[in-house]
Amino acid sequence: MSEITHHSEVWAHRTPRKRLVMWLGWLALVALFVWCWQVMTENTIWAFVADAPRQAADIGGRMVPPRLSYLPELMVPLWDTINIATLGTLGGVIMAVPVAFIAARNTTPSQHILRPIALFIIVASRSINSLIWALLLVAIIGPGILAGIVAIALRSIGFVGKLLYEAIEETDARQIEAVQATGASPAQVVSYGIVPQIMPAFWGISVFRWDINIRESTILGLVGAGGIGLKLQASLNVLAWPQVTVILLLILATVVLSEWVSARVRHAII
Amino acid sequence: MADAYPTTWKRPPQIVTDRRWRLALQIGVVLYLVLAIGTLEVDWARVAAGLERGQRFVMGFLTPDFTSRWIDIRQGLIESLTMTLTSTVIGVIISVPIGVGAARNLAPRAIYYVCRGIIAVSRALQEIIIAIFLVAMFGFGPFAGFLTLSFATIGFIAKLLADDIEEIDEAQAEAIRATGASWWQLVNYAIQPQVMPRLIGLSLYRLDINFRESAVIGIVGAGGIGATLNTAIDRYEYDSAGAILLIIIGIVMVAEYGSSYLRKFLQ
Repeated sequence: MSEITHHSEVWAHRTPRKRLVMWLGWLALVALFVWCWQVMTENTIWAFVADAPRQAADIGGRMVPPRLSYLPELMVPLWDTINIATLGTLGGVIMAVPVAFIAARNTTPSQHILRPIALFIIVASRSINSLIWALLLVAIIGPGILAGIVAIALRSIGFVGKLLYEAIEETDARQIEAVQATGASPAQVVSYGIVPQIMPAFWGISVFRWDINIRESTILGLVGAGGIGLKLQASLNVLAWPQVTVILLLILATVVLSEWVSARVRHAII
Repeated sequence: MADAYPTTWKRPPQIVTDRRWRLALQIGVVLYLVLAIGTLEVDWARVAAGLERGQRFVMGFLTPDFTSRWIDIRQGLIESLTMTLTSTVIGVIISVPIGVGAARNLAPRAIYYVCRGIIAVSRALQEIIIAIFLVAMFGFGPFAGFLTLSFATIGFIAKLLADDIEEIDEAQAEAIRATGASWWQLVNYAIQPQVMPRLIGLSLYRLDINFRESAVIGIVGAGGIGATLNTAIDRYEYDSAGAILLIIIGIVMVAEYGSSYLRKFLQ
């Protein structure tokens, strides 16, 4: 039995070498942070920053009391917002399902051509925020609810597609094999072997995305895509802060409500 | 006798098993769709006119123009990237104590409620709305964007960190406690090793989200590549806009693959 001679008297969590690497890592991060900070604040006007608390107090003072008589006027935009989210989710899900089946490794019709295209669609849709989609669509098809719906739909493809194709890949292969063993056609295999397995995930994902879409559709109006955001933009433009408060409270209430609904539905399904 | 048995198999319903509920749901959905589509005001002439513009945008996307606005794009990218990094670092630094405070098994009840309150406020408001206010207070530019993203990061990281701390293996904490460790030692030796890999993973994930968000908050004046994109679209320069979008997609893809690789490497 060989004796360990080079042990240290004090126990330490890591070896010296590991500690050195960690310290170097942290040092690099701090250096990067300082450098980024300097680049970022190059053009910052510090007088404005110093002035911020006064501005905040000023805006805060103007925001109360909220102008509650403005509430009835907001009901139609709120209905529009909910429609944007719901119809947008519907459209997004309809487009996402085929993309998910093409992107999943076990159902894709062609591994080398269609699958990378489907994956690119998912990444492109996920990396561009719905507000940017809305910005583009307002320029292309004109301001209004339709631009909002299409923006939400395009944005939802990536989210729903990604989660759905992961669910398809995680299906139990034995059940699919059992359906195949009965002599089922490929379409029947999908319908009886895969669809029942991903159904709860599908509804869960759709409702979850609907909840996120309610959140996102409240601000699409800022770029002209309809809904309650339009009222927010209008009120901000005329500096009607009491109205802004009412709109924000309404948005908050809607978001909390939709989150509650989606949590209940998902709880019931899964 | 034979007709007592169904001769064909019918797929049983999976989600809503009650027939009446199913019927009610179907009627409700149809009713909603009729109402919703009824209130949809679409100017089809405008849409038709826009299709030509849409075609131009697609062409711009396929033949992106990186060069003619490169100085603007470069400036926007630098702002976005520096804003992303600084806000993630500051956001994570602030959210660690809040996350520890919001974990029921570590913090006293009063602190727990305060920290959960902070998290709720940060998560409830959209980044873009916070950005509007911060731009109004701090002036245009990336500094307002940095503050917005830091604020949003706090809610995200602190909540997930707190949930993670609440789900740790109690046996390890118990073992450290049994040695007579103080609260700090408990956090350092029992909690931190268990949640650190996940905290790093979450921070990298948030870095990714912050970059995506930094592309958006520029629309309301908080600096970054979003401002450049907004300008490009306002000028109908779809080839420059296409180039910016491709850059955003490229960076997000690199960040996604990079962060998943880094997470695997660290765990």
